[in-house]
Amino acid sequence: MRKVLGIAGLLITVCLITALASEHFLSPFNIENLLRRTALFGILGIGAAFVIVTGGIDLSIGSMVCLVGCLVPWLLVQQGWPVGAVLPAVLVLSLLLGAAHGWLITRLRLQPFLVTLCGLLLYRGLTRGITGDQTVGFRGGFAGLRWLGQGRIELPGMDGFALPVPVVVLVVVAVLAGVLLDRTVWGRWLQAVGHNESAARASGIRTERVVLGAYALCGGLSGLGGLLFVLDVGSAQPVDFGNFYELYAIAAAVLGGCSLRGGTGSILGVVLGAAVMQVLRNAIVLVEAIPDNVEYAVIGAVLLIGVAADELVRRVVAARRRAKAA
Amino acid sequence: MGAPRLQARGIGKRFPGVVALADVDLELAAGEVLAVVGENGAGKSTLMRILAGELRPDAGELLLDGEVVEFASVRDALARGVALIHQELDLAENLDVAANLCLGREPRRGRWFTDPARERRQARPWLERVGLDADPSTIVGDLPLGRRQLVEIARALSADARVLIMDEPSSSLSLTETERLFGVVRELARQGVGVIYISHRLSEVEQLADRVLVLRDGRRAGELHGGEVTHDALVPLMVGRDVSRFHQRTPHEPGAVALQVEGLTTREHPGHALDFTLRAGEIVGLAGLVGAGRTELLRSLFGLSLPVSGRVRLPAAGAGARAGHGARAGGRARAGALRDVDFSHPADAVANGLAFVPEDRKADGLLLPCGTDDNLSLTTLARDRRGLCVDATAARRVASAAIADLDIRVTAPDQVVELLSGGNQQKVVLGKWLALRPRVLLLDEPTRGVDVGAKAELYGIIDRLAGAGVAVLFASSEMEEVLGLSDRVLVMHEGALAGELPREHATEQGILALATGAGAATGTGGTGTAGATGNGGAAGNGGAGA
Repeated sequence: MRKVLGIAGLLITVCLITALASEHFLSPFNIENLLRRTALFGILGIGAAFVIVTGGIDLSIGSMVCLVGCLVPWLLVQQGWPVGAVLPAVLVLSLLLGAAHGWLITRLRLQPFLVTLCGLLLYRGLTRGITGDQTVGFRGGFAGLRWLGQGRIELPGMDGFALPVPVVVLVVVAVLAGVLLDRTVWGRWLQAVGHNESAARASGIRTERVVLGAYALCGGLSGLGGLLFVLDVGSAQPVDFGNFYELYAIAAAVLGGCSLRGGTGSILGVVLGAAVMQVLRNAIVLVEAIPDNVEYAVIGAVLLIGVAADELVRRVVAARRRAKAA
Repeated sequence: MGAPRLQARGIGKRFPGVVALADVDLELAAGEVLAVVGENGAGKSTLMRILAGELRPDAGELLLDGEVVEFASVRDALARGVALIHQELDLAENLDVAANLCLGREPRRGRWFTDPARERRQARPWLERVGLDADPSTIVGDLPLGRRQLVEIARALSADARVLIMDEPSSSLSLTETERLFGVVRELARQGVGVIYISHRLSEVEQLADRVLVLRDGRRAGELHGGEVTHDALVPLMVGRDVSRFHQRTPHEPGAVALQVEGLTTREHPGHALDFTLRAGEIVGLAGLVGAGRTELLRSLFGLSLPVSGRVRLPAAGAGARAGHGARAGGRARAGALRDVDFSHPADAVANGLAFVPEDRKADGLLLPCGTDDNLSLTTLARDRRGLCVDATAARRVASAAIADLDIRVTAPDQVVELLSGGNQQKVVLGKWLALRPRVLLLDEPTRGVDVGAKAELYGIIDRLAGAGVAVLFASSEMEEVLGLSDRVLVMHEGALAGELPREHATEQGILALATGAGAATGTGGTGTAGATGNGGAAGNGGAGA
């Protein structure tokens, strides 16, 4: 809870500063855009969070976004598959690829970092091979389908502002993920595995299955994210579509309170973390004083300050608790 | 002789909730071998860590050659010639012997480069001094354990150690390796090095020590010199309290077979097949030296480690449920109704009524940063679930029942487990199984690192569970515990079951003879069990009758 409040405070601070520095920040158009981006990255961040809670990592998220993001228009336009086949196919594919990561990690005992690094390289390479490195797009068609990514829901009494459809998707995903993590037995086991895998195992929990599930879920959410991204943008270039997105997802999860050591995580925190990342990117574009090309440096610095502050607070709290116990 | 080489006066040390050491004095002359003995938790390791600069004492002072010193760090202590060799060696196993000897003090070529040739040249005389005939360029990980120990001793000597502290150096050594180590220790003492030697094995202490310091519950319990150092003189000092409290419990009448093991071979000791039976309501102790294969056996039974071959059998469904109330006569009659089980995962074992309390509760037993209640209800989440969701009410009920039942002292049910004392933590590890009503309880060192009061409580709990029909198999290195708690003792030696002693014939001598392999080899009175039994009768252990 402390972490969620902390990240909410950070979000409000960044928003306030940006709003003061740029009059465009609070324009309906900008806020709508910001919400859409936050929703898309929030979905990826939630996937990353499940894996991080187990004490693992998934570096393949961006490449998975690329794979799904390119496959969807390629299958629909170039191969002429029906929509009803493409959507389940790409989502099941990404789920299975995530499960494959989990299988390699739990059964072959390979390190998560390595397995998903190979995924990062594999999926982007495969996508570029399949598409012949050509940009794929919807060519103006599939308006109904693209509503999922581009759509806006007009709200009564809000002139000029509409709710982006991906935000609705995010809310659904986040609520389900929150229930899954905090209320279900599986979620409890996931946290137990993250805290102490060996103890969880010795308590009769099938830790391998739990971990495998987390990677499958992360793969599936990456796929969903990739789908929404490409529906929003309309076309994808295999070379750089989804590039670095895994880092935004991991950063959102970590800012949102997921420890890379495993065990703890909060879905609300992750969504707020994703929002912070997007507001920062937005601020760099809007605020004249910051040159656009330092984007990564700003994000890196804020992330570093965020986790360092969190670690310091954690230590102070632990020391105080120990002092009280002694 | 002037001032002693190393002297400690009035050393005290507290950890949260425990007094580890209180007012302990220690003296060590140059060229002397001082053994420090005591039960687990007596404070030996804490004292040694203080002497070597790893811990700062809360009270007291250290003197080196008569001069008060204060070690700020291990490095500091080492610079003044005090070196500690841990039970788990601190060697870089991927580097060669010479590199390990010079670690942190590498000879350099120029400013930046190592000089392997010079390292090896420098290493040689030290290796000779400890009688290690390995080539300095051998990778340490390729050496057997006993030789690695010698590498570590050589490293300490090469750092000009004049006081060498060894924490249970022989615990994982074979007999020949131990003999060789003794030779080295004696030779070092002759050369003027003061040696402090910690051991659980009293026979070693008898052989090696010029003087023995006995610690008990963090205090000095006594000191024995030269000829006084005998097994019979040491044990009362170490134990020093009424053993009869273990015997308050009623011996249990074993019921039906609860677990039968036939020809089981474990990964660690594939050469030895194990056969034994556990009955409902009995407590069976598993004795043996470190490395005898007790932990591996328990882990194999629980599905944490896959056995190589053999059968594990449990009562067939129905028979098991009533096993708790197994009548005396019924036990054998129902022995036929067994079924084979094959656990490839602890979850299978749990589903079949087994429970396991691992040796290292922090590493394998607890979710340290989580609440006591979350730890206690971890095992019952799946059973009590409502649909896919956790039944929070049931989880709370399970936790508070265990807290009340085992008298786990918490400020609130959700108090973080990390902050509990060792004894209460151990109760949590045990308590998480209670709600599942296991029929077989496996415990590995159930009271390690637990204070005396909590020990007695844990014994009471285990006893009560057995009284309720649970079959208990526990491994322990504490003789007192094995003798006091067991209805029957199984003794392991280098992976094999060396013998079985019924409660009335179980004595420390008998168990030790079997555990060290001396039972058969020295032929103190026949073979295996018979020999040990004869021993026990002759020694007439006072505790057994009380």
